[in-house]
Amino acid sequence: MAHQAAHSHEAHEAHHHEELGFWRKYIFSTDHKIIGIQYGLTALVFMLLGFFLMLAMRWQIAYPGKAVPIVGAFFQTVFGTDLAQGGIISPDLYNSFGAMHGTIMVFLAVVPLAFGAFGNYVTPLQIGAPDMAFPRLNMASYWIFLLSGLIMFASFFTPAGAAKSGWTSYSPLASVNDLNHQWNGQTFWLIGMVFNITASLLGAVNFITTIIQLRAKGMTWMRLPFFTWAQFVTAFLLLLAFPPLEAASVLQLMDNFFHTSFFLPSGLVVSGNPLDVSGGGSPLLWQHLFWFLGHPEVYVLILPAIGIVTEIVANNTRKPIWGYRSMVYAVLGIGFLSFIVWAHHMYLTGMGTKISTFFQTTTMMISIPSVIILTCLFISLWGGSIRFNVPMHFALAFMVMFGIGGLTGLPLGFNASDIQLHDTYYIIAHFHYVVAPGTIFGLFAGIYHWYPKMTGRQMNVFWGKTHFWLSFIFMNAIFAPMFLQGLAGMHRRMSDGGATYAAANPVNQGFPDALSEGIIKLNEHISWAAVCLAIAQIPFILNLVISMRKGEKITSDNPWDATTLEWATPTPPPHGNFAVVPTVVRGPYEYSVPGAKTDFTPQNAPLSPERESKKSHA
Amino acid sequence: MAEHASDAHAEDGHDPHEIEHIKAHIKVYMLIFAMLILGTILTVAISYIDFGEHWKNIAIGLAIASVKGTLVAGWFMHLISEKKLIYSVMVVTIFFFVALSFITIWSMTGSSLIGGGLNQHSTTGGAAHAAAVAPAHH
Amino acid sequence: MDIPYTTKPRPDTGLYNAKVGIWLFLASEIMLFGALFSSYILLRVGADPKLVWPALAAWPSHSDGLLNVPMGAINTLVLIVSSVTVVMAWASLKMKNFNKFFMYQGITVACAILFCGIKSAEYAAKFSHYHLVLKDGTAFTGHLEPKQYFMTDRKLRQAKVEEITFLKDPQKGHAEASAEHGSGDEAHASHEPEKIKMSDIKRLTFWGPQQSTYFAIYFTMTGLHALHVVGGALVIGYLWLPGSRMWKTNPERFTNRVEVCGLFWHFVDLVWIFLFPVLYLL
Repeated sequence: MAHQAAHSHEAHEAHHHEELGFWRKYIFSTDHKIIGIQYGLTALVFMLLGFFLMLAMRWQIAYPGKAVPIVGAFFQTVFGTDLAQGGIISPDLYNSFGAMHGTIMVFLAVVPLAFGAFGNYVTPLQIGAPDMAFPRLNMASYWIFLLSGLIMFASFFTPAGAAKSGWTSYSPLASVNDLNHQWNGQTFWLIGMVFNITASLLGAVNFITTIIQLRAKGMTWMRLPFFTWAQFVTAFLLLLAFPPLEAASVLQLMDNFFHTSFFLPSGLVVSGNPLDVSGGGSPLLWQHLFWFLGHPEVYVLILPAIGIVTEIVANNTRKPIWGYRSMVYAVLGIGFLSFIVWAHHMYLTGMGTKISTFFQTTTMMISIPSVIILTCLFISLWGGSIRFNVPMHFALAFMVMFGIGGLTGLPLGFNASDIQLHDTYYIIAHFHYVVAPGTIFGLFAGIYHWYPKMTGRQMNVFWGKTHFWLSFIFMNAIFAPMFLQGLAGMHRRMSDGGATYAAANPVNQGFPDALSEGIIKLNEHISWAAVCLAIAQIPFILNLVISMRKGEKITSDNPWDATTLEWATPTPPPHGNFAVVPTVVRGPYEYSVPGAKTDFTPQNAPLSPERESKKSHA
Repeated sequence: MAEHASDAHAEDGHDPHEIEHIKAHIKVYMLIFAMLILGTILTVAISYIDFGEHWKNIAIGLAIASVKGTLVAGWFMHLISEKKLIYSVMVVTIFFFVALSFITIWSMTGSSLIGGGLNQHSTTGGAAHAAAVAPAHH
Repeated sequence: MDIPYTTKPRPDTGLYNAKVGIWLFLASEIMLFGALFSSYILLRVGADPKLVWPALAAWPSHSDGLLNVPMGAINTLVLIVSSVTVVMAWASLKMKNFNKFFMYQGITVACAILFCGIKSAEYAAKFSHYHLVLKDGTAFTGHLEPKQYFMTDRKLRQAKVEEITFLKDPQKGHAEASAEHGSGDEAHASHEPEKIKMSDIKRLTFWGPQQSTYFAIYFTMTGLHALHVVGGALVIGYLWLPGSRMWKTNPERFTNRVEVCGLFWHFVDLVWIFLFPVLYLL
């Protein structure tokens, strides 16, 4: 196999006489693999920056009113004395960091990494396509995404500072937060979002068309690797859920910039002055349009990671995935249901019992397909001789962490318990368990898994495992205590970590120990765990960079002995991907087939004569 | 005519058969064109007729617009004879569009569409300043 | 390996790539405009039904004649014509008649420009039309003398203006004026302009998006629609002139391109078919 691939690699290079220049090949490339890597590296940088914002916030939570060490002077220079006097994070700056941390992590880091990077790189390879259906659109998608990220980051350096109304940007707060500047952070945020959504839409159109139209011969729907299924459903979520937020962003932009009243009610008074607008708008409309995207977005974050984990579990248990079909139907079910659960984010808006019953019902229903998927993955482990390599470590941790995140979400789906837990640290812990040790572990698993295909070299195993264990420990050290804080009633948006609130307790005799000392003290533990988590990423970053040149070279195009088509290409895959157009003859996870020569049978390996005859008899 | 459209799409148009199909198409296009113009005139004219209750005007106006929209989507966009895949995409899209608007409106207005139930939700930040304005002519 | 099915349809779907792509894009467009139509419904239902235009926060009715119905109707016809010509252009290519294609596509581009021209004229009329609320609570519409665009009471106060000259529109209920509803912009009052002191004015603003939620949704939806018209016209114009070179090298793919951008153009027409009655008539 390797021999054949290497041979055709040469043939390929001979075929393409006119080599593209550096700029066309690596910068303005239309090759899905280069675009995927561009997406990946950009998203990782954004993720690191979003993580730094969080570290600064954690300092303020643990030690409110104390200057941030090391970067304090830098903060004062960049954000000015209004926002960071003497390196101390002001509540306004804290709000900015909070809003931007959420926005960056969701829209500029995790989605681009999960969908833009892995989707771009792996999906066309897995379906046996030479590229995406619209390569130039693909390139446009990346550059528009980058532009959106730069616009968001640019807002930090404007006089008014970055957006500070939460990543959800609820109106009317988002529209009246900074009336002194027309070009305030929120305006930048909205313009950034419009570009970001446009980029996602272009990507979604491209992905769906590619998966429908460019599947190789024999790649029927039920032979699609689960990762591709996950990307397919994700693309549909982006395609249909994002436009309402684009519309909402345009409307809020009109509110902020042209002083309309889409989301501003009549009689709004700000700082004691009636606001000079016509009124007549509806703040709840924003919430509906936002969460119509917001909830499917959760599945946009999680489905690609589930897809990655499924590939890795099948590959490292050397067994077919248990219940592949039920997983496919479950992922379709999740995609469908995710569109009709959005108002469970809005139980506190007083929307009435009927509508709230409807959303509680759909919310409970969507946990069924999620549990089906997770159960299938767990059962897939049963009786397997598991290879505990680095990607498998992350994949296994994903399953447990995502399980915790999912199960702790159930009390939030019920109106009665949600009223208690809404906007507390319990919520923070819940969705971070889903996204941070959940999705991001899935993405790490994907990086370690496909790195050899992208570069031709392995990442260092020792440092990979170090990265895993440290990340695993500190992720839990960060988020597990937050459940306790949330149950104790700590509000998620208090910029001093609840210090003022706790200090007020002796005065409120009726509520002793509303936030006890122990709960407040957890802030420090969490913050130091976050610092340790940051340190734990150093081995990963070095491993990622150094292995490109120094990593152990792989000797085969298929180093993991995998079955799916991306391993049937030369390494790294050249422009056009496949040396020979692949023909698919079987399902995606034919591991340990009785009677087969090896314990894996690639999707495109020709059928053996006796099997062929068996099939014709059947 | 519906079946012809799909043929015309899928094949390369060298054979004289297809030219005949296209000519048949063009007749349909002209018919639709006339109906669209008629619909526009009708919708403007009807908006000046008082049907007693205003919701009747709204219903009739939207009905005419829907017919016109169907004509454009069905024949100009050839949706009447499209492939199954396109239908699936459209059905899913329309379903979610209806879910978005119906559930949102339902949750914000209580049970009925008409009657200004929205006001009870508006989170007014202070005294209502707008209420005092009265029409000028009496 | 080249990308398959760029021109020929894939056997199992019966479609070429761009056609799948454009329909998916249109699906997202349906959700985009769908969200805006939903917002329209909510704002309208949320408006206090007891308030009557020109009261602030009132939802105007058809008989208030805020928008120019003849111009809107003409624009509807313009878009319908362009929709026919764009499909005729594609049919002409199918019949291998490039000259006819060239003529029809030229008409389409001309219609797009005409549409934008009429729309601009409508916008301009709104930007010099005013809504005035006095401190005693009464509200009027009318024009400033001399004609001014984009004026608001805040700007006037900043410029230390103490008095304005305001020409009120004829009021609804006056027999001679109500006959010309639908042309609120041109309606001229028989009475003289009045001097009004700035100290009596609570709010003066042009008929821009900030005037009311009605104008807000009007400008947002028609503006977004106009952007679609401009975008579509640019693509159609490209295929009409420089892009039509492809007819010589790859006629089948060129025909597909014309079909795909035609689909987008029909969608733009389709949106207007709903926008026109919803904003102008109902």
